[in-house]
Amino acid sequence: MKPFLELTSRVVPLVRDDIDTDQIIAARYLTVTDRSGLGEGLFAAWREDPSSPLNHRDGASILLAGHNFGCGSSREHAPWALLAGGYRCVIARSFADIFRQNAQRNGLLPVALEEPAHARLLASLEMNPALDVRVDLFGRTVSWRDHLARFEIDDFARECLLGGVDSLGYLLAKSDAIGAFEARRGAA
Amino acid sequence: MPRTLFDKVWDAHVVHESPGRPSILYIDLHLVHEVTSPQAFAGLEARGLPVRRPERTLATMDHSTPTRPGGLKIVADAGRAQLEMLARRCAEHGIELFDLDSPNNGIVHVVAPEQGRTHPGMTVVCGDSHTSTHGAFGALAFGIGTSEVEHVLATQCLLQYRPDAFEVRFDGAARPGVTGKDLILALIAEIGIGGGTGHVLEYTGDAVRALSMEGRMTLCNMSIEAGARAGMVAPDDTTFEYLAGRPGAPEDFDAATARWRALKTDDDAAFARRVTIDASAVAPRITWGTTPAMNVAVDQPVPAPDSDAARRALAYMQLEAGRPLLGQPVDVVFIGSCTNSRLDDLRQAASVFDGRRVPEGLRALVVPGSRAVKRAAEAEGLDRVFTAAGAEWREPGCSMCLAMNGDQVPSGKLAVSTSNRNFEGRQGPGSRTLLASPLTAAATAVSGVVTDARTLETSR
Ligand code: SF4
Repeated sequence: MKPFLELTSRVVPLVRDDIDTDQIIAARYLTVTDRSGLGEGLFAAWREDPSSPLNHRDGASILLAGHNFGCGSSREHAPWALLAGGYRCVIARSFADIFRQNAQRNGLLPVALEEPAHARLLASLEMNPALDVRVDLFGRTVSWRDHLARFEIDDFARECLLGGVDSLGYLLAKSDAIGAFEARRGAA
Repeated sequence: MPRTLFDKVWDAHVVHESPGRPSILYIDLHLVHEVTSPQAFAGLEARGLPVRRPERTLATMDHSTPTRPGGLKIVADAGRAQLEMLARRCAEHGIELFDLDSPNNGIVHVVAPEQGRTHPGMTVVCGDSHTSTHGAFGALAFGIGTSEVEHVLATQCLLQYRPDAFEVRFDGAARPGVTGKDLILALIAEIGIGGGTGHVLEYTGDAVRALSMEGRMTLCNMSIEAGARAGMVAPDDTTFEYLAGRPGAPEDFDAATARWRALKTDDDAAFARRVTIDASAVAPRITWGTTPAMNVAVDQPVPAPDSDAARRALAYMQLEAGRPLLGQPVDVVFIGSCTNSRLDDLRQAASVFDGRRVPEGLRALVVPGSRAVKRAAEAEGLDRVFTAAGAEWREPGCSMCLAMNGDQVPSGKLAVSTSNRNFEGRQGPGSRTLLASPLTAAATAVSGVVTDARTLETSR
């Protein structure tokens, strides 16, 4: 996966709560056997509306949503589709658990912003939709014009994202401990 | 220190802990299906890794499989590649597979319990969010992404941060006609679809104890619709009676039962959160919007919208606030899915269908959760009750729950469905879904309009 260090980009506002993974990528697109070709299905039903902000991305790679983004299915096709559609970061009020983990494992940065910062960002975007926003994973900050907001991310996920490494390596390196656990349980 | 049921199962599976790192958690049972596994196997092959514990892995084909009677071999081309790939990989890696020819085939969350593979105290995962179903046995069971499927195939472990335990107590006795589905919809209406985020729910209280294993599975199944990682019910005699004699039950069943009896929350154990619901006050529930939390008692009007989301949902659903749902004409009724496709569910539905007819113009589908459910239902003659009423009796699979295999609700049409998600377009592009119990769905099927099953006389 591609390392994520920092990103400066315009923002696509899709400020709804509870955007579920069936909207991000519907089941009929899940017949693929690899990770490619999912961009076409990204938000397919909502993109049928020509006025949807999703159809005016203009190179933006940040999506701005409300609460509980990515709820529903565990399909990892959701972050794959967002990445295929050109997004590298989703800023939201909160994320569903499985989606957040799936996103982090693929180099798509989920940023949960507290209410005041989220509201300020939205207000700035309403004034200037072409606003550039900077997301700095190393410093754990989101900034635009004279605004700066901090966000939380656990150290392990941050290291994996910064290094562009999948956490499978960490697990494989612990195979002795796994073997010992199996031996202990087998003996019990 | 007193511990919760969740604590006990979690603690028993921690392989390794380091500060500032997620825990390494051992997985006892890994369930696999065709849609979320191809990329995981490919990743394993790219790294030249074997499957660490094929004997702890069980695969089935369910999501994109056909359910048309006699049409077992007909699979859409796109889905066929996934099915063939799964079959080849299971053969290569020595993984047991319930393929389309297997008498044990069916929906992953129906087959593992009915084969006795899901045991109390286990950790169970699957690349599927409704893995929470297996928590009905007192297992810690949750859905994972495809990268994690690869992790479990390679190491039999996962990296996880410890969630918090959340007690959901259903006090009192549920009234006749009120099912596990109604209880869980009532909970989700109360705490919201993100209300369980970061938590594992433990369902307690008299109304939960009184539920059959099927009812408990329905309850745990929809834990994810409240955003929870998992749902659990402490095992008891109902659990042990269900498991006894099943193919996957432990050989020394009495010794296992003795161990399992310790799997319950200690007195005074601390929960991060608690909510109590009076089960005797819960009525049959039905959704009116586009999330499972948007639901009301079936005899209540569509509520006035209190948010943009609710207004958008009503517009999508083409429903009007203040109008009753009872009497609303319906185009399709779907009885099936890992939420409500077990023998108990089909018996309940059949008790309503018996001696009645589905009106002209309404399509009713009954899709058993597995071949075993199908055989058992046919042995009781339930299939004849359904077909005599004019409903379709199908082969097992996910079917119209996610509309991957040709079974779908046409655009703009309204369906009452016993599945778990009413998201926009879930049952087909433009489809409109009302979630309800098998009783409500069956009563609606024979009436042509949304109907409260309690107002119909039933045969059994
Ligand atoms: S029946 Fe529906 S919810 Fe259950 S596993 Fe299949 S697609 Fe998922």
